[in-house]
Parts: sequence; C-alpha cells; structure tokens
Amino acid sequence: MSSIGNNETLYSFPDASGHFGVFGGKFVSETLTTALAELESTYENLREDETFLRELREDLAYYVGRSSPLYFAERLSREMGGAKIFLKREDLNHTGAHKINSCIGHALLAKHMGKPRIIAETGAGQHGVASATVAARFGLECQVYMGTEDIERQSLNVYRMKLLGAEVVPVSSGSRTLKDALNEAMRDWVTNVDNTHYIIGTVAGPHPYPKLVRDFQSVIGRETKEQFRSQNGGLPDAIVACVGGGSNAMGIFYPFLEDKAVRLIGVEAAGRGLETGAHAAPLNEGSIGVLHGNRTYLMHDENGQILPTHSISAGLDYPGVGPEHSWLKDIGRAEYTAIDDNEALKAFRKLNLLEGILPALESSHAVAYGMKLATSMCPDQSIVINLSGRGDKDIPTVARLDGISID
Amino acid sequence: MSRLSDTLEGERKSLLAYIVAGDPNRVATIELMHDMVSVGVDAIELGIPFSDPEAEGPVIQVAHERALQSNTSLADCLAIVKAFRKTNDQTPVILMGYLNPVETMGYQKFADQAYESGVDGMIIVNLPPEEGSVLKESLNRNSLDLIYLVAPTTTPKRVEMICSESSGFVYYVSLKGTTGAGTLDVKEVESKLKQIRSVSKLPILVGFGIKNGETAAAVGAHSDGVVVGSAIVDVIAKQKPGFANKDVCNLLREIRQGLDEISR
Repeated sequence: MSSIGNNETLYSFPDASGHFGVFGGKFVSETLTTALAELESTYENLREDETFLRELREDLAYYVGRSSPLYFAERLSREMGGAKIFLKREDLNHTGAHKINSCIGHALLAKHMGKPRIIAETGAGQHGVASATVAARFGLECQVYMGTEDIERQSLNVYRMKLLGAEVVPVSSGSRTLKDALNEAMRDWVTNVDNTHYIIGTVAGPHPYPKLVRDFQSVIGRETKEQFRSQNGGLPDAIVACVGGGSNAMGIFYPFLEDKAVRLIGVEAAGRGLETGAHAAPLNEGSIGVLHGNRTYLMHDENGQILPTHSISAGLDYPGVGPEHSWLKDIGRAEYTAIDDNEALKAFRKLNLLEGILPALESSHAVAYGMKLATSMCPDQSIVINLSGRGDKDIPTVARLDGISID
Repeated sequence: MSRLSDTLEGERKSLLAYIVAGDPNRVATIELMHDMVSVGVDAIELGIPFSDPEAEGPVIQVAHERALQSNTSLADCLAIVKAFRKTNDQTPVILMGYLNPVETMGYQKFADQAYESGVDGMIIVNLPPEEGSVLKESLNRNSLDLIYLVAPTTTPKRVEMICSESSGFVYYVSLKGTTGAGTLDVKEVESKLKQIRSVSKLPILVGFGIKNGETAAAVGAHSDGVVVGSAIVDVIAKQKPGFANKDVCNLLREIRQGLDEISR
C-alpha cells in the first residue's frame, strides 16, 4: 500500500472543489470552512506519508483484526440454487462492523492535527461505539450525539459507549433520530472547532468527508478483489451492499468502479414498503436537495422540508445518502434497489439457520437482496455480499417481534 | 441606491431584528414586523422555517419547529413580506434561511417571486460563496442582494474573497458557535472588523450574541449596526397571549437606545 484512496484509474471524483458532478460540495456555515480546508490539506499530505500509512496499516491489522475473511456461503448458495454467494465478513472486525475502519483513520488524523477531542453522531450506536473505541485507544476525549428515540432503542450500545469513557449526549430536537444527532454534532463542531475533530460516520457531510471516509473504507473492496481472485479466480459478477449513508457500500464498490463487468448494487431500506412512504430510500424515491453539507438525493417534501424516515434498522434510518452514490446512480455505474423490513428479517433468520452467522439488520438488507439475485443467476456466476456488521445489537429488537423480552 | 443600502448607510447605527416567519403564525409575524419598525428597527431579517436548522441554537431551533407546526413554507414567507409591504415600502426585509427550501422552489422562480413580494436581500447560512454563484446570478438579475457571512475563523484571504462577492452588507458572525450562544469578545470583534474594513466599503453588521442595550452598544461602537435574533425570539416564546408585542418592543427600545447613545 503506497497510498490510500488511489483507484489507479480514470475515475477521479470528487473534483478539486469536492463535487461529484452536481452532487457533493461544501454547504456549510462560514465558521466551518477553515476547519474543512485544514482537514483537507492534512489529509492530502498524510495520504502519501509513510509514517501515517504504517500507523494505519498496523492498527487495521493488529487492533481491528484485518484482513476480514471472504467466506463462501455454501449452504446458502445451494438453498438459493443459483449463483455462488460469498460474504465479506466485516462483522468480524473489532467492535463488530465496518465503522471502525474509518474511525481509526480519523483518530490518526485528529492526532496529526493536534486535536485532543473528537465528536461523533450515531443512530444505531455502531459508529458511536467505534468512535468511543478509537478515542479510548488514542487517548482522546469523546462525545457522541444520539437522538433520544435511538437511545431508547439501543440501550446496550449506549452503556457500551459509557464503559469506553465517552459521554453520550441526548438530542431531543426535531425527530430525535440520526439526522438530528448530526445537526447537533455540527453545532458542537461550530462551537469547539479549535480543539475538536468531527468524525462523521458515513460518506456524507461536506467535502472532504465523503472522499475521506470512502478512502478509509475502500480497504474492504481492495481485500475483496484480492481474496476473490485467489480463492475463486477472476472477478465476481455482482457486489451487493446495504446503503444508509452508504459507507460500507462505497468502501466495497470503489476499487471495482472501473471493472465495468462487475454489477454494483446498493440496497436501501424500503421500511414498511416504498409505496407507504415509511421508508429510508432516497435513491429510489427521493429527489435532489441539500442537507448536512452536501447536495444529494434526499427524502423531502415539495417545500424542501426533510421528511421523517422509517426502517427497522436504525443504521439505515436516514433521509439522505452519500453524494457519490447519487453520482454513481446518475451515471449508471451502480444500481440501487430496496428491501423492506420483513424481507430483511427473513434474511436475518435464514443466515443464522443456514450459515451460523448473525448479521446486523442493516446488513440483512444486503443479504436479502443477494439471495433474490442469486436465484436469477447461474451456478458458474458469483455474488459478493458485504456483511457490514454483526447482529448482536439487534437481538432485543428481533426478540421483541417474537414476543420475548430480553432487555 | 437600493432600499437596503439607503437604510444601512444612513446616519444612525442600524438595528436589524431577526424573527422566524410564522412563529407562532403568519398573522402574528406581520403584526410583529410593523411593531418592531415602530420602536426603531431599521431592517427585518425574516427566518425561513426549516426542519434541520443546523446553525441555530436551541432558542431559534424551537422557533423553527413552532413555525413548521403552523405549516409556514417558503411561499408563505414571501406572502408575509408582500402583506407587510402593503403599508410599509420603506423598511428593508431580508430573508435568512437554509438552501434546501430555496433550491426546491428553484432559484429563478424564487428570485422572481421574492422581488415581486418586496424582498430586498437574502442570507443563506449554509451557502458559502464557492457554492453560491448560480443563486447569486438569479438574485442579482432581480436586484436582490446576496449577503455572505464572515466568521471569527475566516482567514484574511477569504475575508477579501467574501467581501468582493457580497452585496448589500457584510454580516460578521461575532462568535464561534450557534445563534444565541455564549458571550461576546468585543476585542476580537474589533480587530476582525478592522480587517474587514481594510478590504471592503460595504456596511458591516454584527450578529450572534447580542442580547441587550449594553452588548449592542459595545459592538455597535465598531460596526455599522447589529443584528439581534435569539434575544427577540426568546421573548416571543415567553410572551403571554393578549399582551401584543409589548415585551419585544421594550427589548428593542432598550437596544435602540444603546445604539443611539454611541451614535452621538
């Protein structure tokens, strides 16, 4: 690894001003523009810096436990009776999801910028836990913003963050979920910009965040490419990943962007069904707007007010999406579909029964679509599903649906 | 000369009052606008309600929520200005908000209708000049000003760029933080204003953190005027129905007096 984020291809987005076509950009209040410029220049220097890259590589290997396996799900494939299904096991990372890949990178950036304090927003609590974890690992002060609605749904992760020494700050404005936690984190950053680095949990936010997080997460795709080649030969026919903000999807898609024969499929949350409006699928059902620092597909009404979203998985429950996904949709390089709550739950149960793997409800959306897709393909074809996280945190939710209380 | 520059370049220090349109409803907003003018407000900043006002402190956040509860859209904000203009064609009105409602309406359609309604200028909190050129073109075509913000963290080079892109006035955000936060560092404000003056002839107004006559006078001594928002909105939230706008007017009288004392 001589540097990170180089695609070694013709694809060179975002452009110098942080745009992916009409998407992306830096739609922030003036107070933050200097901090964003500092972050950008720090990153541009460090991404080729040998010491930084060695620190990153070593932490990913010895702390996170990378590389994560690419696992051939033989029984699941046989049951579907179509393409071979491989699972990229991001659930096996330290803290149980892909979020840590980017948090390690961010913590190293904070260290190099001399910022002793980090803040983060979280929905399901996975990104909050990953941020609190790297804060403990690097000796940084950490505050995590979380909607009061989500704090109730995810008490386990809330306590876990406290054990890690982070302060969880309840957010009771707006819809009291992820988007409001993000608003509150931005407000904190505006106020404490001198000593604070903001770790955005996904490939959204103002430039350079979408690029930064993509670059840190693209280790998933690089490993997948190498592992698939050595275990199976060639390239997979399709890659499937769930999309909330879209960081795990962007991470696995990015190294394959120029491999045009590989279909890239993002799976949004159809919630109670796309036709009901109770979903979180801006790429399927939304239109272009500006929120949280970037222009992207959004769920908003005819007056430009952001709409409430619904998904059984808190991690996909977000009205926007990373701007690069909007761009990949519009140029036709990636396809975006949606899976509803029930389909995701079925996949959640099936993967437990057939493979002994407990997927996060977020990742279960990708598994559900991957299973569908496999049946329409031939046995000599292959699909890689990004299993972005493990489902321990979701056991209380699923148990409740079964009428069992284990909180 | 425009209505806005006529006002801001006048003899006395300018007092701009910020309220959220439709807080708590449209009729109340129009009344309040007239009342504020009657106690010495020189120009009105009308906040466009938005579901995700990320730069606002708690006081103005809940004002946005109240305004959305009464279903106040961007089109309604324009209607409010139009109604205000029936009996007031003197006082400049500037809309202040976030980009998404404007972008959803469409830049040109918005600019046309804003002009028609009697709006004088526009401040968009999450639109730095680098992203603003297309909107600016539409607004300028309708002789509307697009006012940009300068912050304590803005580098000298950016100050120059922002001033050259701004029209109407330069809005200096006096503190790092959200609206209504913290206490002012008047020394810091003073030195930043000197820097802005050295590169721009536009009037400079200072906002964020001005709460009363005393803070208004301290800041007004170095600027061409002040913007007061959270302090007013806080009073609106606590105002008892039936008492008209007595408390807001008392606060504004005090601030007006603070400013007039330093003008002399």
